[in-house]
Amino acid sequence: MRGQSVEMVQLLTPDGERVANDDFEFTGSADDLAGYLRDMILARRFDAEATALQRHGELGLWTPLIGQEAAQVGSAHALRAADVCFPSYREHAVAMVLGVPLSNLLGLFRGTDGGHWELLEKFKNYQIVIGCQALHATGYAMGIQLDGAVGNADPDQNAAAIVYHGDGAASQGDVNEAYVFAASYNAPVVFFCQNNQWAISEPIALQSRIPLFQRAQGFGFPGIQVDGNDVLAVKAVTDWAMERARHGDGPTFIEAYTYRMGAHTTSDDPTKYRESSDEEAWRGRDPILRLATYLRNLGAVDDAWLAAVEDEAKSLGADVRATIAQLKDVTMDELFETVYAEPTVALESQRREYAAYLAGEDA
Amino acid sequence: MNEKLTMAKALNRGLRRALQADPKVLLAGEDIGKLGGVFRITEGLQAEFGENRVVDSPLAESGIIGTAVGLCMRGYRPVVEIQFDGFVFPGFAQIVSQVAKMHMRTGGRQKMPMVIRIPFGGGIGAVEHHSESPEAYFAHTPGLKVVSCANPNDAYWMIQQAIGSDDPVVFLEPKRRYQQKGEVNFTDRPAPMHQASIVRHGSDATLLAYGPMVKTCLDAAAVAAEEGTDLEVVDLRTISPIDWVTVISSVRRTRRAIVVHEAPLTLGLGAEIAAKLTEELFYVMESPVLRVAGFDMPYPPARVESEYLPSVDRILDTVDTSLAY
Ligand SMILES: Cc1ncc(C[n+]2csc(CCOP(=O)(O)OP(=O)(O)O)c2C)c(N)n1
Repeated sequence: MRGQSVEMVQLLTPDGERVANDDFEFTGSADDLAGYLRDMILARRFDAEATALQRHGELGLWTPLIGQEAAQVGSAHALRAADVCFPSYREHAVAMVLGVPLSNLLGLFRGTDGGHWELLEKFKNYQIVIGCQALHATGYAMGIQLDGAVGNADPDQNAAAIVYHGDGAASQGDVNEAYVFAASYNAPVVFFCQNNQWAISEPIALQSRIPLFQRAQGFGFPGIQVDGNDVLAVKAVTDWAMERARHGDGPTFIEAYTYRMGAHTTSDDPTKYRESSDEEAWRGRDPILRLATYLRNLGAVDDAWLAAVEDEAKSLGADVRATIAQLKDVTMDELFETVYAEPTVALESQRREYAAYLAGEDA
Repeated sequence: MNEKLTMAKALNRGLRRALQADPKVLLAGEDIGKLGGVFRITEGLQAEFGENRVVDSPLAESGIIGTAVGLCMRGYRPVVEIQFDGFVFPGFAQIVSQVAKMHMRTGGRQKMPMVIRIPFGGGIGAVEHHSESPEAYFAHTPGLKVVSCANPNDAYWMIQQAIGSDDPVVFLEPKRRYQQKGEVNFTDRPAPMHQASIVRHGSDATLLAYGPMVKTCLDAAAVAAEEGTDLEVVDLRTISPIDWVTVISSVRRTRRAIVVHEAPLTLGLGAEIAAKLTEELFYVMESPVLRVAGFDMPYPPARVESEYLPSVDRILDTVDTSLAY
């Protein structure tokens, strides 16, 4: 595959065979893996439901994650309680693993609110401006360091930040500035780049002439490429990078080599800019299929188990559809109230004028 | 307790006091550590508070502001220095898309207690990109607060008030006034940051200004007084939100208003003030609100900046026009 390095970390082949790697090992149990499989299946269902809801006009837009489940589930499971996550706009599976209510994600794309999320201290609201969150994560990580929350003997006292960005985002100034700041201050931050090969219609070749992970070296910290469709490898590599950060060894760049199977958003049409043969090739590397094959062969899951998860997915779908009806539009009053932490006389007067106008309409 | 200080020293004292008062306050910016900033506003602070509180930043404005967003999220109160007005634009996207919007986007859950200090305005004979007046860009952005100090006492107190605010504040420092001395009262409780102040009382017309133009207006008022014209001068102090109560009550009395700013005329602060005064005082005023401003051109080369900048003469000329209605 284009841009792929020979060193890419892989622990499970597309055929579902375990392979050894000199540097990385997946240390979890078969039960853990079954849990990851379940997470990936549920994330794919959530994504499919949300895509369908957009088609029905219930969401203004949706950003499908299909194909990237292993990159997200594997990395999310590497986070500990004190770690903090800075997503872009497609990290639905990370949000699910961390327990962010799905209604929060749906509300943003429906336009009922702007990111009024419940677990903000753990998982920041989505960012639409490409790459800006890389700086937020880096600044936050500098704060972690100032707080003395790295390099302590007691691992519970340590924390790190992880930021998700795409291959296109790697061209942004903000992302490159984030790399500079992270390196200069040795900040405990992990840059988790999902190279899904496309930035809307632009291929990775237009963003970079070298494999992205090799760029990290130029900034002065390790970069590593991992098979982003292999949840075992993603988990092992992210564990390592997060542990380095928490330990005080500074930033790491992870390139999760993967593929966006669907459209960029529900507004675009991938057949206009890419070959179906490319998609076919990647279908053979599906992250869910390969883990299911492995676990089946291992005897860790069977038809009954998979059927039970399928049932769970169905009821998740029903929940998602039901959630839409419960989402409440933010009110103008709430908006007026939250522009500033300390209200201004000028804006309060606009709020009163608007209220008077509404009252006049009712009368 | 009073002391005569330059505005630069007053800012330095204010920052020092803020650093002492709250361990979550930290300063960041280019060259602010060992050098003390190109204008020496942070002189000695790194030596006193250490490299973790007074942080030399890589040369990247978006990086400085974007990492400050993350520091706010971690509970810090970052005060960042932009070296010169013309260099804020690489960080503009972070300011207007992130800093300004975060509080509302998160339904009030995420505060952005950040201060962005920008030495602004002309009159120092600087090379291009070193003498700009970007206030309208920021004042036009909901979610930001924009203030400018015009004298050392305000510099000392307003910087502390800005740091204490839970909202992001763009803090504009009139660089041509850095070396101007004035009395700083360290003990008396100051006016709230968002209150304008009448710095000279008069009855014939009101001059409205902020930052560097306050002194120019006071000079103009002194000359006018010799000619028998009694001008009131209002220092807005706060550009967003504007303190309409003070502004309107002054103009209600004098019934004539002239807004003076260095920034280009079109869609500048003067336009907003003129519109508002027209809405509020249409039947009271004796003449339309007039404006003395920079021209609609990029800031000129230093040798001709005195022609571009509002001068005492241009102000007095406009006062005459106003009085002639
Ligand atoms: C600063 C900015 N420019 C342009 C856009 C429009 N846009 C949205 S997503 C996108 C492509 C991003 O590609 P990539 O970083 O690879 O992320 P992916 O969506 O593939 O995960 C573009 C151009 C934007 N949101 N922000």
